[in-house]
Amino acid sequence: MTGTAGQRRGPVDAAHGRDLLLQMLRVRQLEEKCVELYSAAKIRGFLHVYIGEEAVAAGIMTALGPEDAVVATYREHGHALLRGVSAGAILAEMYGCVEGCCRGRGGSMHIFDAATRFFGGNAIVAGGLPLAVGLALADKMAGRANVTVCFFGEGAVAEGEFHESLNLAALWQLPVLFCCENNLYAMGTALARSESQTDIALKAAAYEIPAWAVDGMDVLAVEEAARRAVDAVRSGGGPHFLELRTYRFRAHSMFDPERYRTKDEVARWMERDPITLLRTALEAAGQLSAAEWEQLKAAAEAEIAAAVDFAEAGTPEPVEELTRFVYSERGAGTETP
Amino acid sequence: MKSSYREALRAGIRDALIRDDRVFLMGEDVGAYGGSFAVSLGLLEEFGPDRIRDTPLSESGFVGAGIGAALGGMRPIVEIMTVNFSLLALDQIVNNAATLLHMSGGQFHVPLVIRMTTGAGRQLGAQHSHSLEGWYAHIPGLRILAPATLEDARGMLWTALQDPDPVLIFEHGSLYNVPGELADDAGPVDIGTAAIRRSGNDVSLITYGGTLPVVLDAAEQLAAEGIDAEVLDLRTLRPLDDAAILASVARTHRAVVVDEGWRSGSLSAEVSARIAEQAFFDLDAPVARVCSAEVPIPYAKHLELAALPSVERIVAAAKATAGAGG
Repeated sequence: MTGTAGQRRGPVDAAHGRDLLLQMLRVRQLEEKCVELYSAAKIRGFLHVYIGEEAVAAGIMTALGPEDAVVATYREHGHALLRGVSAGAILAEMYGCVEGCCRGRGGSMHIFDAATRFFGGNAIVAGGLPLAVGLALADKMAGRANVTVCFFGEGAVAEGEFHESLNLAALWQLPVLFCCENNLYAMGTALARSESQTDIALKAAAYEIPAWAVDGMDVLAVEEAARRAVDAVRSGGGPHFLELRTYRFRAHSMFDPERYRTKDEVARWMERDPITLLRTALEAAGQLSAAEWEQLKAAAEAEIAAAVDFAEAGTPEPVEELTRFVYSERGAGTETP
Repeated sequence: MKSSYREALRAGIRDALIRDDRVFLMGEDVGAYGGSFAVSLGLLEEFGPDRIRDTPLSESGFVGAGIGAALGGMRPIVEIMTVNFSLLALDQIVNNAATLLHMSGGQFHVPLVIRMTTGAGRQLGAQHSHSLEGWYAHIPGLRILAPATLEDARGMLWTALQDPDPVLIFEHGSLYNVPGELADDAGPVDIGTAAIRRSGNDVSLITYGGTLPVVLDAAEQLAAEGIDAEVLDLRTLRPLDDAAILASVARTHRAVVVDEGWRSGSLSAEVSARIAEQAFFDLDAPVARVCSAEVPIPYAKHLELAALPSVERIVAAAKATAGAGG
């Protein structure tokens, strides 16, 4: 199931290929802007960017429907954006403004959006897996043909919640797609320094969950795997598992001096930049002109520039509202979702 | 009708399963075994394995799944066998259940009920005898209930299930066999308020959960010695019913807080501080506390009994308070 985009033909549908490229460019542009705004002290707290890993979210989100649910990690700006949360609401959240998708109460690591069934943003490694199992359990008990997609990093594999969740999902044959974003480092700890068995798909297979490793730098391979897995899950095939082999081009967070990996290693992976790979493939297939490339880039830049303006115009929530949302307000939350 | 604390709990669960299709019970040995304390005995046969759902020994996994199912529109009742095992699910309870509403800016409600056994007194040793409800009462975003009577055992669950936020119900292990009468039409009860279980004028004995019967015995003994004690059952440990606590102290001018948790950093400390902050000038004596000795609860019966709040210690504390000050 692994593929190499450099050797690929272009996608059959050129417009779709260009759209995937645009999605990755949007994330790249958002994340570049986040780094810039962090340096300018407009954003504070912990900030983890997704640069280099865009093909994973882009390929998987394409395979989902509006009623599906998404659970993500603290490196989730890109997932939120591609799930349909507006860049403005995401950036305003990081600005700590009431116009943010969580009114500024969550920040970078806690992006939530009910309208797109985006259930966070979780700052506890592996903490989202049990939630995904429960969302899928609710769908199964209610007879809804929805899929819950759960993103987590390879670091989560060492947590007990990973194993408990895979077992529960397989035992109860729940409609979950587990997506392990294997970027090789749990913060600074390399996979081989933390796992006795580094073949992650094999761990899922031990729970009787169909699992594949996928080239996570190749958005077309990710999309193909995601469609196959989502279809299988949706049609009652029980949980499925994708190990997306990817790489983070930037530091773990804004406080990471990157002592644990070499510049050569980073440079080698950057040769397989998912955006460049798809762009090259589309151009080779005659599906992307220079003008079209410039248009895509300009569209992404314009969207993010507008989002920055939106965040800059944001307002702080009045301090008098500090204690709201600790408990539900009268009448809230009692409706059937 | 004749009932017991255990049967009252079961009646509450059964009633909820009948009334609301979204309700299901999930936990270790709730089904085929009938519940480790036999609370759910017979429910698997009546409601089937989907709604009486046995889980693996994966506290964090199934508590988190309960949170997710609540987010997904269900009304799960998650049973954790004992409070000791709930420590394996602390991440899900504290980092997810208690925070999701706030972190999401009010978007995601977690209408989850978690039931668990708490407390000592059965010679189960240190790892099966914790009273950690006071810990949980420290956490904003959670509601903490401690039913001490058959009516509350029967009625708190439905009210908790109507709450859009996570509710933890602590059932003291010594109460399950307590017999009693339950009205044929017993049903939901409010969960916001404390209740006076015995009226009195001389001293307020403030307690909850498994120590309520002990405190009521102490009050009878005090009455025989001419001290008219009021017994206030907190019922809800978060949020505390400050008004009821302060009103009782305003009548009696003396207070003894009885809490099976350890004294340091405890619920009894919180109640005492609130009295000191808000009713200092009503007091005729310092607030007294009767808590568990600050040791891991020992196995040997005489040592365990010595560690726990007892009628003797409560009576002594109340008498010392009554004799103090003006």
